[in-house]
Formats: sequence, structure tokens, C-alpha cells
Amino acid sequence: MSSSAAAHPAHENQLSFVRQYIFSLDHKVIGKQYLFLGMFMALAGGLLAYLLRWQLAWPESAVPGMSWIPEPTMFQGIIPPEFYNAIVTMHGTIMVFFVAMPILLGAFGNFLVPLMVGAPDMAFPRLNMMSFWTIFTAAMIMLASFFVPGGAASAGWTGYPPLSADAVYTGVNWGITLWILGLALEFASFLMGGINFLTTVVSMRAPGLKMMRLPLMVWMQIVAAVIFMLSVGPLIAGAVLLLLDRTVGTSFYAVQKGGDPLLWQHLFWFFGHPEVYVVLLPGIGAVLEVLPVFSRKPIFGYKAIVYSTIAAGFLSFIVWAHHMFVSGMDFDLVMPFSITTILISVPFTIILLAMIATLWKGAIRLATPMLFALGTLMVFIVGGLTGIFLGSASADIYLHDTYFVVAHFHYTLISAVFFGGFTAMYYWFPKMFGRLMNETWGKIHFALTLVCFNLVFIPLFKAGLGGEMRRLYNPFEYDFLKPHQGLHQFATIAAILLMIAQLPFLVNFFWSMFKGKVADRNPWQANTLEWAAPSPPPHGNFDTAPSVYHGPYVYSAPERKEDWQPQHQPH
Amino acid sequence: MENTISEKLLAKSNGTLSHARPQKNGSLPTVELSINRSLLGLLIFLGTEAMFFAGLISAFLILKAGSAVWPPVDQPRLPVAVTALNTLVLLASGYTMHRAVRGARSGNQSALTNWLALTGVLGTIFLGVQGVEWGRLLSYGLTFTSSNYGATFYTLIGAHGLHVLAAVLVLMVVFIRALQKRYSVKNHDGLVLCQIYWYFVVGIWPVLYGLVYLS
Repeated sequence: MSSSAAAHPAHENQLSFVRQYIFSLDHKVIGKQYLFLGMFMALAGGLLAYLLRWQLAWPESAVPGMSWIPEPTMFQGIIPPEFYNAIVTMHGTIMVFFVAMPILLGAFGNFLVPLMVGAPDMAFPRLNMMSFWTIFTAAMIMLASFFVPGGAASAGWTGYPPLSADAVYTGVNWGITLWILGLALEFASFLMGGINFLTTVVSMRAPGLKMMRLPLMVWMQIVAAVIFMLSVGPLIAGAVLLLLDRTVGTSFYAVQKGGDPLLWQHLFWFFGHPEVYVVLLPGIGAVLEVLPVFSRKPIFGYKAIVYSTIAAGFLSFIVWAHHMFVSGMDFDLVMPFSITTILISVPFTIILLAMIATLWKGAIRLATPMLFALGTLMVFIVGGLTGIFLGSASADIYLHDTYFVVAHFHYTLISAVFFGGFTAMYYWFPKMFGRLMNETWGKIHFALTLVCFNLVFIPLFKAGLGGEMRRLYNPFEYDFLKPHQGLHQFATIAAILLMIAQLPFLVNFFWSMFKGKVADRNPWQANTLEWAAPSPPPHGNFDTAPSVYHGPYVYSAPERKEDWQPQHQPH
Repeated sequence: MENTISEKLLAKSNGTLSHARPQKNGSLPTVELSINRSLLGLLIFLGTEAMFFAGLISAFLILKAGSAVWPPVDQPRLPVAVTALNTLVLLASGYTMHRAVRGARSGNQSALTNWLALTGVLGTIFLGVQGVEWGRLLSYGLTFTSSNYGATFYTLIGAHGLHVLAAVLVLMVVFIRALQKRYSVKNHDGLVLCQIYWYFVVGIWPVLYGLVYLS
């Protein structure tokens, strides 16, 4: 045995294909598996978005290219009301639980957390592998639910009883049971992931990497993990009760037998609102990593950002009832929840101002990751500002369940998931695949995405202010909504363009993976530890275990020749 | 092929949180924690478990507050006295578990296995008494579907019962490993994990007993 055989890559070659790429224990391979699963599910969620947008623009007409879907799901391309309910339900479920979480936490969390803390792998590699195959099973169950008798779940992504508790209301029996099962497995998967993230960050940091020297992406990932772990228990409890109502015949949520449907709404939103921050924070984290690198400046207010994030995480547990202002809950709760909801904009304002201050007088390089980071910032500000209207109960009573809400949460979630996700994708692609993505096509992708996205959702704000409720199969059956059809047709055309605008990305992504310019270790001249590892890092990550000597954002220090100083290099 | 590279790398630190890495700079602050990595993972998991029970308990309290008469007049009463004795059995199993771990810490293998066996017996007695009482309640007409009183009772107490069952099964594995003398004075991590989980299922029981039986 030669000495080179003991090196990591040689070992890796000994692994069979199955152990190396399918049942891999390497956090980076598992991260890529999450990424491809999330991208695949985004295609499914996007197809559903196309169907529902078409129905809203030209109701009850044949959707182009969809006549192959058999009866009784669709009729020669025409969407029946029952399937429309399933479309909106599954679009929300898939996009939140099977696109946003796998990509932002599963893919980038898995790939980056061990690298950024200087660890060879996650604390529990087997648990990590199990978490991926659990969510894979969950995703397959979700997709399979379209093919069972009665079709997929159609009680809304929030699954409110009585719609979700009894098949007499929706005609869907199997679909909702599979929906609960799929979500349960998804939660189990992210529980395993969360245990792994937290244990890794607490126990496996490189020497010298104090908590206050962690990259902000790691902070965002662990705060997101803590929020998720603490909020998901009550939802699992609620889901157990819902499953018992459906299968055993209990009446936890059946009001005619002494149950309480509001109980589900409380348990759901106790999880559901923190969940917003679970997917939001990693997207913000990607932006916070990119901004200092591409403005060659230290991050503004590192500690303020960390404490604001923790404060926002804490506040996220006491805002949930703002989703229930018109649900008939105790009116004394309305004012406290209005106050906490508006209070949570304070820490996020601090984070946004710190981002803007980081850009101030920086040597800004407008590479694609930076463009998407700035896009995230712009889009998120619109989402955050419109949230203030919805947080104050008096305005919410009018706006509740209108397209204003739809537009608002697409502005917040798409900023984090879509723009934040692309920020992360373009920025860490060289580390993931060892090659650079094409800049020109990246910029074209960014410009088209930003323009088309705004063209889709700005009309929906107007539709919502005009009093149009969401989840109507054909809104234009109502005389007062007939003038809105033009807005919806505009939004639908923009949505189709937005989907076409993703083609440059897909081509760029797969082309660059195999044919892109080969990247060196640190193509962006960044400081954090992942750039000290080879691109792509081998199984085991670093050639020598790194030690950390200072914080992650030392840029343009006047006494140095280079304008960056990697964390693992002494002064 | 049994051990993969990352496991070998992880094994360097032997499962504990202190890093055995070469340092270039002697004054560098190192990340040293005396807590076991698996224990940390378990504690995080138990935090989620606690929130799961908090969700079930709040559902119970909301449904109870929303009904005019609790328990409903036509529903049987819960066996308060028998379950009080059963509570003592479960609490005693917490003590025997403590003695078992003390045995392992002092290297006394027979104390370890004996106390572990007694813990398992007490846990099984608890489950058995619960099972018999459930049978009696069912025969008196308290079922899952007879009322929300029954539904919350079986859900909440049943969720705890499943946790005790899981703890007994884990204990059996640990007991077999103890018989094989796998736990030394220095290395008995698996035993400690079992102990913490056992304490968790013992610890939440008095809360559930007070809420469900004594109200």
C-alpha cells in the first residue's frame, strides 16, 4: 500500500457507486440529493402554478398542453372545481415543504454547515442519510396522492377542519390521509436534520471558531433549526388528532360533537408562522454571506444581526394568531397578537438596515450572486412592508384571505426561497461542482426573473385591495369581480414568462456542471472556511484541519495587501 | 468497507465534543465541551418531544375548557387510586435506573444488571397495570369515540404509554449489552442515553397524571 492510497480521494474510489452517490454518508452528496429533489419538486409545484394561473385568467377553458391529463381529474384540459382545490392545496404544500425546506435547509444547510464550521462531516452521518431518504419517501407519497381514487388533498395547504377531517366535505378520502402521512415523514426528516445541524455546530467547530465568529449563514441555519424543532411538536400533536378524527372517528375538531375546529388552527399556526422564518432565515443568510464578499467590506453590525435573529426567532412563537383574526377566536387576543406581529418587524428592519449599511461605500461587484442578493433585499422589503397592513387587525379584517395576502406571502417567501436560493446557488455552485456558472446567462436569468416576478404579483395586490377572495374557482362569476379578469390575465402571462425565464438557469446549471470554467478554491476571494477546502471538497472536506483566527468578514483591512483575509489564516 | 471515511474522521474525536486537532498556535482558544455528542442530540430530540406533549396537553385543556361538564355525567370515572400506586411504581423505576447507572460508574457489573432488570420489571408492571385499567374502562363504556373525554384520555395517556413501551424496548437492548459487559467505568454512553430517555418518560408522567386523572 503506497502512501497516496491513504489519502481521501483514493478511499473514495473504493466506494461502490451506490455507497458513493445513493446511500452516501457524505454531507455534500446528501446536500446535492436534497437539491435535486427540491428542484424536481419545484417542477411539480410550478406545473400546478401554471394550471391555477390559467384557470384564474381564462376560467373553465382548456389549459394549453394539458389535454393529456385523463378524466375525471381534467376534462380535455378543462379544470373541474374539485381538481382546482387540489391544485392550490398541493401547490402550497409542495412549494413550502418539498421545495423551500429541502433546498434552503436540506441542500445548503447540509452542504455548508460542516464546511463553514471546519468539520469533516455532520455529527451523525447515518442519521443524515436517513433524513434524506425519509423526505424522498414523503415526496413520493405526496406525488402518489394525485393518483389515488378521489385525487390529492384539497382542503387547502393549511388543512383546516372540518374540510380536512371528513371526506363528505371535499370528496377526498385517501388524498388527505396520504397528505398527513407525507407531512409527518417530512417533519421526521427535518427533525433528524435539525438534530444534526445543532449538534454539529455545538460540538464540531474548528479550534478558534467561537460562536461569535460563525458565518451568519450558520447562525441563520441553527436559529431556523431551533425554531423548527420547538414549533413542530404541537403540529405533530395536532396532526395525530386529525388523523384520529379521520380514521378512528373521534371528534377533536368536529364541533357538532363537542370538538373545536379552532384548536387545529392554533396548533397549525403555532408551527405555521415560525415555519415562515424557518425558510426565510437561510435565504437571508445566503444574502448576508454574499453582500460583504461582493462589496469588499465587513458586514455592518454582526452582533446586532445575530441578536436580532434570535429575537425574531423568539417573537415568531407569539404571533401565530394573526392568521386567525377573522376566525372567531376570542377577541381579547386580537390586540396582543397585533402588537407582537408588528413588533417582529423591528428585528428584521435591523437586519435589512445592516445589509444596506454593508453596501454603503463598498467596492461593489455586480456578479450574478450579488444581483440576486440585491434582488432578495428589494423583494423582501415589499413583502415586509405589506405584512404590516396584515398584522394590524383592523386592516386585516378587510384584507384577510384576499389576493393581497397571496401577493404578500409570495413576496416574502419568493424573496427568501427563489431569490435567496438563487443567490446561494450562484454563489456556492463553484464549491459544490468545482466549476463556475456562466455569468452572462446568470445576469439574463436575474433580469428576466426580477421583472417577471413583479409583473405577476403587483396586479394581485390590486386584485386583493379590490376585495377579491382567494381560493375561488371562478372569481368572475361575481359581477363585482368581473373587472379583475384583465389583472389576472396580465399576471398569468407574466407567470408563464417567469417560468420560461427559468430555462436559462436550468441550461446554465447543467451545462456548467460539466462544461463550465474550472473553479479554484476561492473564486470569489471570500473568507469563510468552505473556501479553504478544495472545489469540490472530497469526502472528509479539508486537506488539513483548519484553525480559526478571526471573524468571517475581515475585508479591506488597511494593513494588508489583499483586501480579504481568510478565517484560517493568522494575522 | 464497514467504516467509511467520515466515520473514521469522526471517530478521531471518539464521540466526545473535545477536538483532538493539532494546533499551530498555543494561545488559540479551543472548543472544549465535556458533553457527549450523542447525548446532545438526544437532549435536542427530547426538547421536541416535550413540545409534542405540550401540544397534546394544550389540546386537552382547550377541549376541557370548552365543555360544560368535565367529566361528562354519563362517562365512567378514571381509576385515580390504582393509577396513584402505578405512578409510584414508575417513579421507583426512575430510582432503580439511577442505581443501575451508579453501578456502572463504580464498575459493579452485577449491580448494573440487577438494577437494570428491576427497572425493566417496574416499567413493564406500569404498562401492564395501565393495560388492565384500559380494558376495564373500555368495558365500562369509555372509548375513543364515546366522548372527547375518552378521546383525549386515550390519546394523551396512550402517547405516554407508547413512549414507556419504547423506553422498555431500549432498556432491553441496553440490558443485553450490559450482560455482555459492554459498559465499562469509562465508557457507558449508551447506558446514559437510555437513562436520560427513561427519566424523560418518568418525569412527564406526574404532570399527565395530575392533569388528566386529578381534574
